[in-house]
Order: sequence, then structure tokens, then C-alpha cells
Amino acid sequence: MKSAVIVFPGSNCDRDMAVALEQASGTRPIMVWHRETELPQGIDLIAVPGGFSYGDYLRSGAMAANSPVMRAVRNAAERGVSVLGVCNGFQILTEAGLLPGALMRNAGISFVCRDVDLKVENSQSAFTSRYRAGEEIVIPVAHHDGNYTADEVTLDRLEGEGRIAFRYARDVNGSARDIAGIINEAGNVLGMMPHPERMIEPAHGGTDGRRLFEGLIEAIG
Amino acid sequence: MKTRVYVTLKNGVLDPQGKAIHHALEGLGFSGVNDVRAGKLIELDLADGVSEEDVEAMCRKLLANTVIENYRIERAQA
Repeated sequence: MKSAVIVFPGSNCDRDMAVALEQASGTRPIMVWHRETELPQGIDLIAVPGGFSYGDYLRSGAMAANSPVMRAVRNAAERGVSVLGVCNGFQILTEAGLLPGALMRNAGISFVCRDVDLKVENSQSAFTSRYRAGEEIVIPVAHHDGNYTADEVTLDRLEGEGRIAFRYARDVNGSARDIAGIINEAGNVLGMMPHPERMIEPAHGGTDGRRLFEGLIEAIG
Repeated sequence: MKTRVYVTLKNGVLDPQGKAIHHALEGLGFSGVNDVRAGKLIELDLADGVSEEDVEAMCRKLLANTVIENYRIERAQA
């Protein structure tokens, strides 16, 4: 299992993501700078980490979505390589058009930084196979722009196709239908606002995030 | 040539910043403000020969997120 973590100027969860991937897979991921135009050969999993890429200028994720490396990420995703976007990574994937919808300013205006209860909606995906459908898990959030928005047709489609991976058990940021994480049509791209990489060992206060990485790595093989 | 791009949230998209500004105006005692929507103004200084279509493409590809935003282009007279 060969993984890569994309690093943008302003990323700040890239090292936590690398630790989570290394612990779950036994192999250290390759860190890939945003100016790269190609990914290393034979990558099975790409993680787009959280942070404040390009200072959130214009819109969160807008600049990063147009950086050179994202062209390579898009091509890899189309070939079926798994892509995990967390927090700013989710914002970048929506801005890049790899996932539908947009993440807007939290409805309550404030930055939200705390542990939240999430409901696992779909346990059939490569990202959620180690969870039970309907299970509630605790994962921290830390974001200002996590208010998921899409038109009703898109929301209905996400629901109908089982592409909502996680929902907030209680409203956190005003997200449409309490959406916390969604999967693309092909099933190989997940974007989520909560941070599973911050809940992988008991010292973090819980290990509910760990199963996401373990399940994903098992699915990739 | 100076060109201005106005980026605004689509109707029906919740604007928490506009709501906060509205609330603050009321707090200052200004009455009669029915609603506030906040947007962005982006000024471009363009070389001759940059077409209307080019500016449209800039808006669609980067300046506005058309999932949630509308844009309006205003080409100023020099």
C-alpha cells in the first residue's frame, strides 16, 4: 500500500495525516508538494489534508483546487485511485469538482472546534467498512467553513445513491441534511469535515477515527 | 482596462455574514434595514485584447463558485 499526502502552503494537518496512515498501513506515506505536476509511481491512496491552504484566500480551497498537483490528483481519481479529503481537503475536492456541492461559512458564524457525534450512514464504502451502519462515533471538527450546501436535486441524489458517509448527530454548522462527509459516484473519493486522523490513539481521547484508515487500507489491499 | 467582477451569493443561499452585519446594524440603532447580503468585488486590470469571453472563463473557473455564487462583470471606461 503506497500512499501520498498532498502538502499546500498553509496545510497544517499533513503530519497528523501521515502518522495516521503510517500507523494503519505500516508504511510511511510520501509527502507531495503542491507544485509537483506528477504523483510518485504506483500510488494507491491520496490524502488531501486539513489546514488553511493559501490562507483561505478567495474561498476556502479555491486556490489549492487550481494548483498543479490537483491536476494529477484528478487524473488519478479518474483512474480509480482512492482519495481522502479531510476538512480543508474536503473543501479543495469540492472546489476541484471531484465532489459535488460547496462548503460555506458556518451558519453560526463562529469557528467550531470540538468533538462531535457522527452517525455512520453507509458502512458499505471502502472508507467506512469497519463501521456499522447507524453507529455513532466521536470525531473532532475544527472549521469555519463546514456548512455543506448543494441544490435539492444533488442532495436527493446523494441520499438515494447512499453517498452520504457521515452525518452530524446534532447540528454543528448548518450543513444541509446534517451532511458531514460524502462519497463520489465511483465510490473512490471521500470528503469529510471532521478529522479522523485526530482520533487514532487513546491519548487523543478516543480511537473512532482509526477504523476509517484501517478499513480503507484493507479495501485497497 | 479596469474591469470589475461582482460576486454575490445566489438567492436562497444562506448568508451568515450578511445576517451578522444586519444584526450589528440593528445593534447600532439603524432601523429599516430589511436584509443584508455580503459579496465580493474583484478589480482586474486587463491588457487590451482580453475578451469578454476570457473574463467569463475567469469567473467560471476561479473567481466565482457557481454552485453557490453569481457573478456580474462590469467593464469600466478608461
